[in-house]
Amino acid sequence: MDDSKAIFLKDATVNAADGDQRAFIRKALGGYYTNRDLQKARYRDWERARDAASMAKWSAVNDLANVLEKFVGNFERNGGVVHWARDAAEARAIILKIAEDNQAKAIVKSKCMTSEEIHLNDALEKAGFGVVESDLGEFIQQLRGEAPYHFVFPCMHVKREAISELFTKHLGTAPTDSPEELTMIARRHLRQLYVDADIGITGANFLIAETGQISITENEGNARLTAALPRIHIALSGIEKVVNHLDDLSVLLPMLATAGAGQPMTCYNTLYSGPRKKGECDGPEQFHLVLLDNARTRILADPEQRDALHCIRCGACLNVCPIFKNIGGLAYGTTYQGPIGSVITPHLRGLKQWNHLSGASSLCGACTDACPVRIDLHHHLLHNRRNATKESPTLFDQVFHHGFNFVIKRPWLFATGGRIFRATLPLLQKLPIPYMGAWMKTRDLPKAPAQSFRDQWKNQNV
Amino acid sequence: MSDARSDIFARIREALKVKAPKPHLKGEPVAGKTSAVAKPWLPDGGESADASLAILAEQLAKLKAVLIRVPDQAAAAKAVAELATAKNWQKVAYHGHPLLRPVAAALPCEAWEADASFEKQKLEGCDAGLTTCESIVAQLGAILVSSASSGGRALSILPHVHVVVAEAGQVVPDLGSALALAKARHGDQMPSMLSFITGPSRTGDIERILVLGAHGPKELYLVLVG
Repeated sequence: MDDSKAIFLKDATVNAADGDQRAFIRKALGGYYTNRDLQKARYRDWERARDAASMAKWSAVNDLANVLEKFVGNFERNGGVVHWARDAAEARAIILKIAEDNQAKAIVKSKCMTSEEIHLNDALEKAGFGVVESDLGEFIQQLRGEAPYHFVFPCMHVKREAISELFTKHLGTAPTDSPEELTMIARRHLRQLYVDADIGITGANFLIAETGQISITENEGNARLTAALPRIHIALSGIEKVVNHLDDLSVLLPMLATAGAGQPMTCYNTLYSGPRKKGECDGPEQFHLVLLDNARTRILADPEQRDALHCIRCGACLNVCPIFKNIGGLAYGTTYQGPIGSVITPHLRGLKQWNHLSGASSLCGACTDACPVRIDLHHHLLHNRRNATKESPTLFDQVFHHGFNFVIKRPWLFATGGRIFRATLPLLQKLPIPYMGAWMKTRDLPKAPAQSFRDQWKNQNV
Repeated sequence: MSDARSDIFARIREALKVKAPKPHLKGEPVAGKTSAVAKPWLPDGGESADASLAILAEQLAKLKAVLIRVPDQAAAAKAVAELATAKNWQKVAYHGHPLLRPVAAALPCEAWEADASFEKQKLEGCDAGLTTCESIVAQLGAILVSSASSGGRALSILPHVHVVVAEAGQVVPDLGSALALAKARHGDQMPSMLSFITGPSRTGDIERILVLGAHGPKELYLVLVG
């Protein structure tokens, strides 16, 4: 068994049995469900709005070369510098070089999952650059030395007592059980860092081809500060974030907030075009954008799953996923958790090692229903299962499928086999059946009916 | 780096040789501008100025932003001065704009035109930032500020309180209208920053419990003239 799968099975088993933690996560998500439904109710037709959001992304992704080219032209015309990275290593090297060329002393970052994907903080720290996460949840996770639990709510699994202890240990503050006071501790601690930092690193939620602007969505104001005060702004984005028109945001921004966090809009949705312009009093002198492929073109090359690139990282599919709620975000061992993570991780990191995530789904379809841009998530999990079997079938797959194929084509053999199966079913309950151990541990086999379905059908029709 | 660029474009062009099916939609796709197509499906922004103002007031209240409606400029200056007294502000930074200079002059505390002699450390020490805005979106309770209308990037985010003074005529029904207006006004010379502000800064990162004032302003006031 591959490492990633063994770790996943172990963590998932432990977490699923932790009733306290599961109850805590359910409670944390409770408020989200209420707010999301209240906001959705303000839409005059949520389902049709999903159509519009889906089409806005579909038209950009399916014309990616042209749309991206247009975006880059406009971005550069605005005075920004574009860097291209085929993979994570190239993206890290580009950002390190900017930091070195400018002799950066302090780096402040706002939330950016793409930077988690390329393990940017590790690389910066190894090269001797101090880097501080400024999003409260990411700041807490950085102090804990732990990956984000949920790509929108990074520390939703951490109780306030643990955060208080963490702050006491690292920041020397007095213990408190008030979320408000804890937030204020982080606020006071981080404020001076924005002022002192010489590089600010952010992500990007949308790249607008028509205007060459990048759009950043957040609630706390930390991205605003990160892009306002340091003298250099570096944004890191996947190539798939591009949309055609500024006007597309009229649907995408509210739906991102409603689906992801149950808000009408998140607190700050900011468009940046270039560094400080002539006549402006503040803002960075340099604005760099690193555009990352890192296997996104591999998803693009699969027309069946291309819509996975529509993802606007709202996190709605995680919030409704029964698997996510029971095993938690860390068990996935991926940058992107939940259904969307299970769909794209095998593309990003290899289907052979990560196909087990395709099974981390009850195929209930709650994720597909929740997705504001209509990604066919649960079918893609099935597609990945099929692709994995095609790519490297296990012995069981081969024997079983050939056997099934042989039997199903011969009705007499199927009927005889069925008779034998019905007669021996009570015995099977007691025998260890190969491959069925995990299933059988928690389930009883049903009683065998006296007649096969085919016989019952025949008799009923008489 | 041009190498990586052409490689990525080559991969994209190769990948797109095979067409993908249209997504499974609920209805037929409609041609046209996204905001126009989706208008009947999105939250209402009001069909008349009065309707929009009513929706705006409701949205701002839900967001815990404070709306202060005043009849004229003089009343706006008075309202902000009263706020400053009530909240005991010592230092207020303001954007050098004709609408704001009289308001700043009426303040009972130190007032500093931040964009005239910008200094980030000094701005960090201010109690409140006073700005105008580009437009106000009734549908969502969002205020669009820009580096042009709000004295740069930091003035509307760094001080602990943000006060926006605007005219009632700046209220637009929905997000699509605000984006179209910004485009019409600035063309291809967009301010380097445009930001929709929807309520005071907030976080739910600790146990998903809402806390106002994460990193940006803890309080947001919209003083609407007219």
